Amino acid sequence: MFLHVERLTKRFGGLLAVNDVTFSVEQGKINAIIGPNGAGKSTFFNLISGLYRPTSGTITFKGRDITRLPANERAKLGIARTFQTTHLFEQATVIDNVIIGHRLRTSSNLFDAILRTKRHRREEQACKEKAMEVLEFVGLTGVADRIVANLSQEQKKRVAFALALATDPELVLLDEPAAGINPDETEGLEELIVKMVKGGLTVCLIEHKMSMIMKIADRIMVLNYGEKIAEGTPEEVRNNEAVIQAYLGGSAIA
Amino acid sequence: MAIFEKRRLWLAVLAALALAFPLLVTNGYYLHMMTISFIWMIAVYGLNLFAGYTGYLSLAHAGFFAIGAYTLGILTVKAGVPFWLAFVSACLLTTLIGALVGLVALRTKEHFFAIYTLCVGYIIYLVIDKWDGLTGGVRGFIGIPAPADIGPLSFQTPVAQYYLLLFFLAAVVFIMYRLVYSLTGRTYIAIRNSEELALTLGISTMKNKLASFVLSVFFTSLAGALYASFIRFLGPDIAYVSVMFDFLTYLLVGGIGTLAGPVVGTLLVTFLSQQLQFLQDYRMLIFGPVLTLLIIFYPHGIAGGFIRFKAKREEARRLKLEANRTVAELAASRQGRSERHVKEG
Ligand SMILES: Nc1ncnc2c1ncn2[C@@H]1O[C@H](COP(=O)(O)OP(=O)(O)O)[C@@H](O)[C@H]1O
Ligand SMILES: [Mg+2]
Repeated sequence: MFLHVERLTKRFGGLLAVNDVTFSVEQGKINAIIGPNGAGKSTFFNLISGLYRPTSGTITFKGRDITRLPANERAKLGIARTFQTTHLFEQATVIDNVIIGHRLRTSSNLFDAILRTKRHRREEQACKEKAMEVLEFVGLTGVADRIVANLSQEQKKRVAFALALATDPELVLLDEPAAGINPDETEGLEELIVKMVKGGLTVCLIEHKMSMIMKIADRIMVLNYGEKIAEGTPEEVRNNEAVIQAYLGGSAIA
Repeated sequence: MAIFEKRRLWLAVLAALALAFPLLVTNGYYLHMMTISFIWMIAVYGLNLFAGYTGYLSLAHAGFFAIGAYTLGILTVKAGVPFWLAFVSACLLTTLIGALVGLVALRTKEHFFAIYTLCVGYIIYLVIDKWDGLTGGVRGFIGIPAPADIGPLSFQTPVAQYYLLLFFLAAVVFIMYRLVYSLTGRTYIAIRNSEELALTLGISTMKNKLASFVLSVFFTSLAGALYASFIRFLGPDIAYVSVMFDFLTYLLVGGIGTLAGPVVGTLLVTFLSQQLQFLQDYRMLIFGPVLTLLIIFYPHGIAGGFIRFKAKREEARRLKLEANRTVAELAASRQGRSERHVKEG
């Protein structure tokens, strides 16, 4: 199995943000996670990417137990992610933001940097080439030298995608990429996600925009109050009574 | 490419000025002031590496400055260690203490880190102040030798000491320059920007923060050791919060997280406070509010403000170019259409 979580639970004080969730991510597919606000979707990503330690349960990636592995080690194994808010360095150029994405595949240290060793020069070049390659993939070659703060929201999301791709991942977790993006641009992001999967990546996608989910997701898991309440194809989930109830009972959803 | 050429030119002019300074300014007092300000600059570069580029405000750096200074004094005067051996030992010992402090302090974040290091700094001050037998306590520590000769090079005259300090400052600036424009420097900046993002990009934040902190302490201890051999008298007040406040002022006025900031800020503030000397302690009545206003309205300091101004101008120019191109394209398409009209008609 590619990525599998078994009985995963995360408790914040008295709150069960993720409650006993068992779920498998299928390789080479778009695996969507939906659910009302506060359902625990972002917490679920934080558990998989290693920013949070689970209260109980296990996470295995390509047959290896990674439950106790720090976030940076998981990235090296091939798990990349984007954040709901992009976390980019707004005052720097696009390329300067993206170059650091390949740092985990390099090994030059402080002394290499000061002495400008051969290894440093080679790895710096590799990071720059990688950055240009992923910028081309996400369609941002033209704005590589622009300051991120001057970009549109959609372009910033693409930069965040590029940054995740620069780590040479196998699994990419996308947390609400289309939030705050207008409908035309959402289509562009959909195409980009589909292109990622066609290129051999596995995607796990949190999204509120149902039109997008129903169009591109292969499989959907529905969370509500931290619990998995449904799982299946878009068709199955759409007609699931529990899902409809969850959305009607919870906060309003676009 | 053009930007690099321009930067080279500026650097060459500055280097020439710094080299010619003792010849241009024969007033011994100004030479002394400039030499001291080089020491502050080195210390502030240390602070800048960690606070400016890695995003953690250490308030223990005046303490590390003092440990560097006192260790040099104690090793040379009390233990009779040869000067340069004592010099290297002072820096290494302080750096080691810094590493131990860092291992604990870096488990905290943001303002907790600042508070923790403030406490460490104060403890260092107390130890120096109270440990009479070792440090001379409030009476101070006297008789520290000037830098020993290295082969034919002698550092007994003020001019020679000026050049010695200029050499160390240039070395620190050079290392900082290489670092900032390297993968390692980018790694520090990524941590400053967002530790969560850095972690998920596969960066070991703890290891990198520790390395940056240790190098930052090394720079500041170097400044301390140089201070001891230049002033040749030490009192516990060099570890006091007011010195930390001076470092921070120089850094904030010059521009935190910029390469030029420590030089610009130190020069400007030391010069201004010289001019305002007649006000004595009331200087702070002016400095305090001015600094507060600066942080509110100009948080990037002079060098940072300048960089941002240039970036804005660049963006405006780019937008204008783009607009011009669009207008030209529109005009061309209109012409194409009218030509077609003519053909069709
Ligand atoms: N670090 C945290 N500390 C305490 N509570 C948290 C933390 N992160 C998330 N929560 C809580 O967990 C619940 C799920 O949050 P989240 O995973 O962000 O939901 P979603 O992404 O589905 O909107 C919310 O009630 C939120 O307040
Ligand atoms: Mg969320």
